[in-house]
Amino acid sequence: MASDTVIEARGLTKKFDDFTAVDNIDFQVHTGECCGFLGPNGAGKTTTIKMIHCVLPVWSGTLTVANMNVSERPREIKSMIGVAPQESNLDPDFSVITNLLVYARYFDIPKHEALKRSEELLKFFQLEEKKDVIIDSLSTGMKRRLILARALINEPKILLLDEPTTGLDPQARHMIWDKIRTLKKQGVTIILTTHYMDEAAELCDRTLIMDNGKIIEQGPPSELVAKHAGEEVLELDYDEQVIKTLRQKFPEARLEILGDRIHVFTKEPHGVFKSYLEDFPAKGATVRNANLEDVFLKLTGRKLRE
Amino acid sequence: MTQKQNMTSNFKLPKLTYRVWRVWRRDFDVFMKTYKVNFFPPLIEPLLYLVGLGYGLGTFVQNIDGIPYVEFIAPALVAISIMNGSFFECTYGSFVRMYFQRTFDAIIATPISIEEVIAGELLWGATRSLISSTIVLAVIAAFGLIKSPWFMLMLPIAFLGGLMFSSIAMCFTSMAPNIEFFNYPAFLLITPMFMLSGTFFPLSRFPPAMQFLAQAILPLTHTVTLSRGLMFGNLESFLLISLAWIAVVTPFFFVLSINRMKKKLIK
Repeated sequence: MASDTVIEARGLTKKFDDFTAVDNIDFQVHTGECCGFLGPNGAGKTTTIKMIHCVLPVWSGTLTVANMNVSERPREIKSMIGVAPQESNLDPDFSVITNLLVYARYFDIPKHEALKRSEELLKFFQLEEKKDVIIDSLSTGMKRRLILARALINEPKILLLDEPTTGLDPQARHMIWDKIRTLKKQGVTIILTTHYMDEAAELCDRTLIMDNGKIIEQGPPSELVAKHAGEEVLELDYDEQVIKTLRQKFPEARLEILGDRIHVFTKEPHGVFKSYLEDFPAKGATVRNANLEDVFLKLTGRKLRE
Repeated sequence: MTQKQNMTSNFKLPKLTYRVWRVWRRDFDVFMKTYKVNFFPPLIEPLLYLVGLGYGLGTFVQNIDGIPYVEFIAPALVAISIMNGSFFECTYGSFVRMYFQRTFDAIIATPISIEEVIAGELLWGATRSLISSTIVLAVIAAFGLIKSPWFMLMLPIAFLGGLMFSSIAMCFTSMAPNIEFFNYPAFLLITPMFMLSGTFFPLSRFPPAMQFLAQAILPLTHTVTLSRGLMFGNLESFLLISLAWIAVVTPFFFVLSINRMKKKLIK
């Protein structure tokens, strides 16, 4: 194991009865990086996260966190991890600050220290004014922030964020992104799952794309985009004639037909589509940069997952 | 998994640490937030039974073994409060925390294990029994119905008996697909025990076979026996049998319920 590897999985597998949720995967997470797990619903992201923080037992293979095996030393591992789950499990029986204080008690944090940290965290997440409010009266965005605050109460070295911004408005998303960046600067290793490709591109040093329990691709977002989607994408209205010309003009380009639109992916340098459009104006044509979403859809397909 | 392995894993001794009390403390803190409301039922219920059944209906009832009816039912009310306090806490209460509030999920993401979460819930259930029965005891004392100082021993017995009912309740929670499921144990176990455990009439009214059954399988029978014996200071050997019955059944269900819940929650 490399010295800066903080999480390492080898042949990691998780089965539930007949269903294989995680299928023999290998990966490493390095100290201080932000690593994104992407994948359609049911790809095995959350299952992997749950095995890392020792609440789901490993079926086979090995998984170590800070050189400790998750099956052998769950308490030590859990004490150095902060978890923000997908669905809120804040304690509705308590107020905002009591949620943090009670959670701190689970980590054996002394009361005065817990109070100090809770107040700092509420300030950090701009929840000071909601300190004594009950959980039910918080907005979705506030609940998310409180879940993040709670995940930080034990000053974790590793932070697991399972879809941290799902269902939030843009303001709340950007605020959370900002906080995640701050934490990363402080040296916290972050693992995050998300369905938002812009979020992954924005925050992650590296992404692992999962599908059907396997890791099908990994690398820094920009490299994945360059490798799988190229530089630019031309989108235009469907037309047989246009397709013909495009095929002649860009023999190496990948053409994808989606309903009544054509998507053309090229690895040629920026500007090629612009000059093409000057020669052959086409209806509804737009040129945009290739992005992680293109990669994701190319690798995992467009079929709906339930 | 083979059946044999399944049996052993159901009775595997859980590894528990002081962290059990962190879970207990969470439930205690919630209880204390609304303690006035929570003290209400165990205060009002025995009052109604004492007045309605004891002094009301009781005037039409002849003395039972030389004891006025109100004195006969008073210790049973303590025993019933032990049963209800923990049983409802560890069925409905635990189910809500587990399923609707996801409190257990939140706690097991910390250094506390699932076994400790369940054990904490069970101890809290036992504490609910202790709190309820203490209040009922105080009501009975206020009516001047306590005949012997031995009755104070009901407090530790309330905790032990509470732990027994908690553990039995938690076994039901481990098999509950939804919260409505608890109607089964509530009406097929708790209500029958409430009526048939020597609570409101002596077991000797039953034919011998039913007497035997009530003593062999109904936990409340033994709680009532202990309560009644101690209230009158009749320290006879059959009290030890009841105590032994509880002392054997409690660890059995305590361990079983923890393992069943673990299996339910950790796949």
